[in-house]
Amino acid sequence: MNRAHIGLALLAALLLALPAFAGSYALSVATLILYFAYTGQAWNVMMGFAGQLSLGHSLYVGVGAYAAGAIFFHYGIGPWAGLWVAILLCVALGMVIGFLAFRFGISGVYFALLTIAFAEFTRIGFDHFDWVGGPGGLFLRVAQRDTWDIAAFRGPPLMYYYTMLVLTGGAFALCSFLLKSRAGYYWQAIRENEEAAQALGINSFRWKMYAVALSSAMTAVSGVFFAFYYNNLFPEQIFHISRSIEIILGPIIGGVGTLFGPILGAAVLTLLSDGITDLLAALGWEFPGIKQVFYGVVLLLVVMFLPHGIWPPLARRLGLSA
Amino acid sequence: MAPELILNVTIAGVLGGLVYGLMALGLSVIFGVVRVVNFAHGEMMTIAMYAAVVLFAALKLDPFLVMLPVGAAFFVFGYIMQAGFINPFITRPEHSQFMLLVAVAIIMVNALLVVFGPDARNVQVDYQLESFEIGKLLLDKARLYAAIAALVAAAALFAFFKFTLMGKAIRACADNYMGAKVVGLDVKHLYALTFGLGAVCVAIAGCAMVLLVEVTPALGPAYTLLAFVIVIVGGLGSMPGALLGGVLIGVSEALAGLFIAPSAKSMFSFGLLILVLLLRPQGLLGKKA
Repeated sequence: MNRAHIGLALLAALLLALPAFAGSYALSVATLILYFAYTGQAWNVMMGFAGQLSLGHSLYVGVGAYAAGAIFFHYGIGPWAGLWVAILLCVALGMVIGFLAFRFGISGVYFALLTIAFAEFTRIGFDHFDWVGGPGGLFLRVAQRDTWDIAAFRGPPLMYYYTMLVLTGGAFALCSFLLKSRAGYYWQAIRENEEAAQALGINSFRWKMYAVALSSAMTAVSGVFFAFYYNNLFPEQIFHISRSIEIILGPIIGGVGTLFGPILGAAVLTLLSDGITDLLAALGWEFPGIKQVFYGVVLLLVVMFLPHGIWPPLARRLGLSA
Repeated sequence: MAPELILNVTIAGVLGGLVYGLMALGLSVIFGVVRVVNFAHGEMMTIAMYAAVVLFAALKLDPFLVMLPVGAAFFVFGYIMQAGFINPFITRPEHSQFMLLVAVAIIMVNALLVVFGPDARNVQVDYQLESFEIGKLLLDKARLYAAIAALVAAAALFAFFKFTLMGKAIRACADNYMGAKVVGLDVKHLYALTFGLGAVCVAIAGCAMVLLVEVTPALGPAYTLLAFVIVIVGGLGSMPGALLGGVLIGVSEALAGLFIAPSAKSMFSFGLLILVLLLRPQGLLGKKA
């Protein structure tokens, strides 16, 4: 046991016990933090590990959410089956985008813009896709919220909190395993210098595809959660580029490529956004846009003064390795 | 459908597309030299549009008259933005640059929202509803003037890069960063100058655009995406490519609005973008990397 393990164990215990002393509002904030932590971790696999900048991850959240949501809405098929449909669809989509991009040697800024284009294309497509409600949205039946019905993924807020906690913990464990495995070393080699990695015999095309597949599969799960947690889906909301930005702010603020960065970043940003709301309410400054101005200023300061995110310098301060 | 209608819509698309092209030209020039993608480009465009709206409302100044003063202000603004904020980021990874400009964009959009509220604003000049009639063709006056202004501004920028020593120096920085430093060029200053010139393109395009559409703060991100689509289609870093891309997108939007549904129009732009990225990733007029 070193300090990192002790810290992690304490954090896990705290999060497991949180519902015992948190109110319903705090619990919903915690669920949101975990949602962003998990989704950020999924994005981090592609960008932080393999170096492929995706600015269109809302695509996988949206397609995952709509896939599971639509088959539940139309055929009454529950989320456990829908989950696999969502994952398969998102992985297929990710592989198509990855195949097209990597085959044609598209990387860096061009790859990022390609991912935005696919997400936006899909957003507008879903606006005209009447089977899932078009711009009017898709609404899932809301069942009673007091008993745990795990088979139908219906239950009290507590159930959603623990689901997100398990997902975030699982993703953390998976990523920390991967980072120390052959895959992790290959990805990092590709991220640092793709030509050198290829010269050493790494099939960079194949390993980038694996990263995309894993990242899109993990993000699809976020989408399914989103559908059954919020019960309403609108293309304008779920596929919008600002959703993609929201997903990636956490890991970037926390520390790209680090294991703990996405979790820390999600917590910092969600609490910051909440804190600004409270502060402005206390000051009586409640006109539209003012909150986001402050949020933007904080982002600007963080990115200017902490180029690697919050976690790496903090980890050094705590005597841990990032 | 009457062929005159299709032709008229196409012409309107070409004219509006030239204004898009000028906006995208700013993005393309900045990327071509500084190698930073300006994710706050559309937001800068909406600021210029609001500047024109405010000057019109307060002083009854025609948007064409305020192009030069707004352009000058944007030049200073762009220079400071590059020299003060972006320059330390040019050696940082792309996601870091992206974050910086996204933060700037968030501040811009929401500052506009705070100041002007979410309602649409516009300018009303007497020639807006007039048009030139050439046989069955109708040329919307405001649109035609806007397109001419965009062409003149683009031509001036071409001439600057082609014929002035400063322009040559900037092109040298774009070609070879290290080489430019070695021969003693003040790269930081030239980068800031380039960003300033990109901002001038945006300012002029913004002043022209208020004659064609109403402005809301939410237009910013949409214009940023539009500018990306245009420069990728035309070729990121290629100046004629940006204008060509603007016209292509303008026409495809206009025709999609006519034949399918106005709400589906940007789907075609993104579809075109995906096709170009896959078949000719350097863009229609871009040079092979």
